[in-house]
Amino acid sequence: MSAPLVEYLLRLGDDRLVLGHRLSEWCGHGPILEEDIALTNIALDLIGHASMLFKLAGQLEGEGRDEDALAYWRDEHQFRNLQLCELPNGDFGFTILRQFLFDAWSVQQLEALSRSSHSDLAAIATKALKESRYHLRHSGSWVERLGDGTEESHSRMQAALDELWPWTGELDYQDQVDRALQADAIAPDLAALRAPWEALTRDTLTRATLTIPAVPPRMTGGRFGRHTEHLGHLLAELQIVARSHPGAKW
Amino acid sequence: MVEPVMGRGSRITAEQVLALLHLVKDPEVPVLSVVELGVVRNVAVEDNGVTVTLTPTYSGCPAMQAIERGITEALQAAGVERVTFKTVYAPAWTTDWITEPAREKLRAYGIAPPAGLAAGPVALGPTERRVACPRCGSSNTVTISEFGATACKSLHHCQSCREPFEHFKAF
Repeated sequence: MSAPLVEYLLRLGDDRLVLGHRLSEWCGHGPILEEDIALTNIALDLIGHASMLFKLAGQLEGEGRDEDALAYWRDEHQFRNLQLCELPNGDFGFTILRQFLFDAWSVQQLEALSRSSHSDLAAIATKALKESRYHLRHSGSWVERLGDGTEESHSRMQAALDELWPWTGELDYQDQVDRALQADAIAPDLAALRAPWEALTRDTLTRATLTIPAVPPRMTGGRFGRHTEHLGHLLAELQIVARSHPGAKW
Repeated sequence: MVEPVMGRGSRITAEQVLALLHLVKDPEVPVLSVVELGVVRNVAVEDNGVTVTLTPTYSGCPAMQAIERGITEALQAAGVERVTFKTVYAPAWTTDWITEPAREKLRAYGIAPPAGLAAGPVALGPTERRVACPRCGSSNTVTISEFGATACKSLHHCQSCREPFEHFKAF
């Protein structure tokens, strides 16, 4: 059972490492000081979640890779994150709307995983869920404020939604990895999480006076290592120090 | 400076270890010890050292590394040769573990203690909760930001005494 579980933990961990890195890019560039601090706080939480997940993945894999080895010494095609997470930040509206779409999904998935039959995964999910609910409250309130704000903020949020919506098709992608874990009640059926995610999302988007575009969410390939051109650039920045100075301590 | 509590050949007790850990402060909130903060979940004394079981406050809190360093230094100064750490995630850390006397220390330090108990999930809608000002006690306060200088705090402003203040979030 450990091979599919290791793969599953990498999917969960990579989402959070890559999105956490994107949020960290706002450090020093936030639209207001409080938001700069909020985005970097959330980045730290997400990278912390990735660290817990990678640590467990490394232990189960049993090949001596720790959380740092998994974050810094895998290449682009070995990353399993949603493409949604690797997209460049755009403006603040784009970043916070992407965050909202992810947070809403993450909360559904972590709630289900907190009931996992795998006790270590359930413990990590329970811990991460508390923080992710807090993130969702933050991103959701911004989506509402900006969507139902000025003409300028509304049009930017609508443009962000038009751009982002197709990428949400990948959220509930599942394959033999998920099915192997579902058989042992380790992981949930993601298809069953899509409807509650959409209900939650639609509710906030409606209050934000935003219109979900009439394009079908399209399938992408992040879960099996197919990425946009953006991930390579992101990883170059994320990994360069560790790779230039292997084993460095400070 | 901590006096060595272990003579040659004698073994430190778990109570002595806990007493030493009460002297190790949270680097970000230096009025609370790591025990009062609730991150120390267990202490086990073995033949050649001590194993301390910790649970992180927030998943990404960088202070956890400083806390491990602080504990190691305090125990080694007392003569413990080997200090090891175990990390547990369940039960997940909650501010409900911060005792009433520790909450009073936070207030005296100028940080509003966790407003009530965290019990139950974080509500998703906007909150109407008003945190009492740690300086003048007024409840006429507004939330400036849900995120403060550290993961565990949020930012508020008192409308009565006009002072900004931090709140140790109920979590």
